[in-house]
Amino acid sequence: MSEVPDGPSVFYIDRHFIHEVTSPQAFGGLKERGAPVFRPEQTVATADHNVPTVDQHLTIHEELSRVQVEKLRQNCIDNDVTLYGLNHPYNGIVHVIGPELGITRPGMTIVCGDSHTSTHGAFGNIAFGIGTSEVEMVLASQCLMLNKPKKMRINVEGDLDKGVTSKDIILYIISKISTGGATGYFVEYAGSAIRSLSMEARMTVCNMSIEMGARGGLIAPDETTFKYIKGRKYAPAGEQWEKSLEYWKTLPSDPDAEFDKELYFNAGEIEPMITYGTNPGMGVGITGRIPLVEEIEKSSQASFIKSLEYMQFSPGEEMQGKKVDYVFVGSCTNGRIEDLRSFAAFVKGKKKAGEVTVWIVPGSRQVEKQAEEEGLIKILEEAGFEMRQPGCSACLAMNEDKIPEGKYAVSTSNRNFEGRQGPGARTMLASPLTAAATAIRGRVTDPRNFL
Amino acid sequence: MPIEKFTTLISKCVPLAIENVDTDQIIPARFLKATTRDGFGENLFRDWRYDKSGKPKEDFVLNGSRYEGSILVTGKNFGSGSSREHAAWAIKDYGFRVVVSSFFADIFKSNALNNGLLPVQVSDRFLEHLFQQVEADPGTEVKIDLEKQTIHLLPDGPQEQFEIGAYKKNCLINGYDDIDYLLSLKEKISEWEKNRVL
Repeated sequence: MSEVPDGPSVFYIDRHFIHEVTSPQAFGGLKERGAPVFRPEQTVATADHNVPTVDQHLTIHEELSRVQVEKLRQNCIDNDVTLYGLNHPYNGIVHVIGPELGITRPGMTIVCGDSHTSTHGAFGNIAFGIGTSEVEMVLASQCLMLNKPKKMRINVEGDLDKGVTSKDIILYIISKISTGGATGYFVEYAGSAIRSLSMEARMTVCNMSIEMGARGGLIAPDETTFKYIKGRKYAPAGEQWEKSLEYWKTLPSDPDAEFDKELYFNAGEIEPMITYGTNPGMGVGITGRIPLVEEIEKSSQASFIKSLEYMQFSPGEEMQGKKVDYVFVGSCTNGRIEDLRSFAAFVKGKKKAGEVTVWIVPGSRQVEKQAEEEGLIKILEEAGFEMRQPGCSACLAMNEDKIPEGKYAVSTSNRNFEGRQGPGARTMLASPLTAAATAIRGRVTDPRNFL
Repeated sequence: MPIEKFTTLISKCVPLAIENVDTDQIIPARFLKATTRDGFGENLFRDWRYDKSGKPKEDFVLNGSRYEGSILVTGKNFGSGSSREHAAWAIKDYGFRVVVSSFFADIFKSNALNNGLLPVQVSDRFLEHLFQQVEADPGTEVKIDLEKQTIHLLPDGPQEQFEIGAYKKNCLINGYDDIDYLLSLKEKISEWEKNRVL
C-alpha cells in the first residue's frame, strides 16, 4: 500500500483467518487500546488447534481448552467476526476450510496466526503465518509492516513414480536444502511435476514451505486451480466469476521473471520419504538408511547425535522394518478428502496390524461428511480403522490426542520436533500411502511393495 | 502501547549450544492455553529444563548457578517451526532481552522485535568464539549497543556489527509499537481500499 521511508512496506491483507490459540491476546490488546476490529468481514474464525476429536457435541473436558474456545466465540460475537466454531458444518482446520469454502482465491494476500498459512499459496496468492502482535495489527488496520522477502523458484520436473506423492516431493526438497534452506525467501514451486498435481496435492507442498524456513510458498494458478474453486460456497459466480478469472489469468510469473535463487529437482529420483530425526529436514527415501555421523557437517554433528538419541535410532540403520506403535493420518498437511481417499483405497480389503493404534482425523466437517458419502468410512471400518472428528489433533497434541512417551508414530503431519506429538513421543513423517502401508504391517513399510 | 525500550546492554550470557531450536522446544504447545501474554517464562524450554515429575534437570543451562544473565546465546536456525509468539513472550518473560545466534527463523525474528526482544545475528565464527569463551568463563560479559549495531565480547574480545532495519531499530530505541503507527494510517488505508481489485 505504501512504504515507510527507509523501512518496511505497509502491506494490505485481503483475508485474515484466526483460531483459538493465537488470537485471544490480539483481541485483548485491541480492547486495551480501545480500537475496534477495522474490517471484521475480512476475518474468518474457526476452532481447531485444541478441540477434542471425539464427542464434540459435549462440553470440552479440558478446562483451559474450553476457556480458549469460549473466548474465541465471545471475541467473534463482540467484534462481528464470522466463526465456524465447533459443531458448525463448516468447522475444521483453518487451512482446510479456507480453500474448501472458496474463501481462498488467487491473487489475494492471506494471513493467519499459524505458520502453515503457506498452504493457501497453492492457489497462487501471498499467504503466510504471523505472530499474535501481527494478528492484532491486522485486526486493527487490515495491514502489516513488512520487508520484501527474497524470491526463490523451486522447479520439479518429470514424472513421479507410482506410490510417490506430493508429500514425498516436499519432504525430499526439505531433506536436500534443510530446515533453514529457504529462510528469508518466498518460494514459487514450478515445473511439470508440480503442474501435474491436483489442488489438494499442491496444498500439501505449499503447506510445508515453512519447514524449510520460507514464510510462504506459492504455485501459479491454472485450469486445475480454477476448476477447484468454481462452484464453492464463497467462490465468485456469474459475471463476477468471469471478471475474477480474467484477473487470475494475469497472475503467473512472467516467463523472464528473475529469482534470487533457483533450484532444480528431478521428480523421477524421489522415493516415498520418511524422517528419522527431530526436524523435517532429517528425512531419507524409505529404502535408505540413517546417515552416519561422519556424513554430517561437523558443526551439526552434536545436534544430529542429540536428535538420534531422542529417537533411539542409531546412525546407519535402515528405516524400513522399524516397529511403529501409532499411525496418525490428518492435519493441514494431509487431512483433506484426497488423503482419506488414497488411504482408504490402499487399505481396502486389507487389515490393520493388531498392535498399531491408528488415528484418522479428517481436516474438516465437510471432509468428514464427504468421506461418509463416498463410503470411505465403511471401507476404513472393514479394514479395522475408525475415523475421529475434525481438528488439528495429534499434529501438535494440544488436545487429548497425544502419542505416549517413547512410542513411535508414523504421521502424515508436518513436524517431527521433540515432543511435538506429546512429551517424549517419537515421530516419523511420511505420506498417507506410507502411513497406510505401515498401518497394515505394523512396521515402517514402503507402499510400493503393495502396488 | 509502548514496548520496552532498548539502547545498550552489558550482561553475562547463557549458552544453549544447540542448532535448529524450534518453537515447540522454546514453549511446548500444551502450554499455549493462556489467553494473556504473561507467565510463559515459567515453561520456557519446559521439556529440556524439567523432568517428568517437574524437577529441574541439573545439566540444563537454565538450571544451577553456573550461568546467568539476560543474553541467550544459541546455535544456528533458532526459532524455526510454529509461528507462536508465545516463544518470544516466554524468553522475554524469563528475563532475557537479547538472543544471539548465527541464524534466526523469520517469524521468530519479527515476533521478538515486536516484543522488545532483540535478535542479534552474528557470524558463525563469532558465535563459536562466544560459546567457547562463555563456557570457559561464565563470568564473561558481552556489550550490545543497538545505536551502533555492535556486539562486543568484553573486555577486549572480538566485536561485530549486526543488521537491523532502520525502522525497527528506531521502534526499539524509542519503544514505539507498529500497531500505533498502523492505527494512525486508517484514513489512508480506507482511501486505498477504494481501488482494490478483489
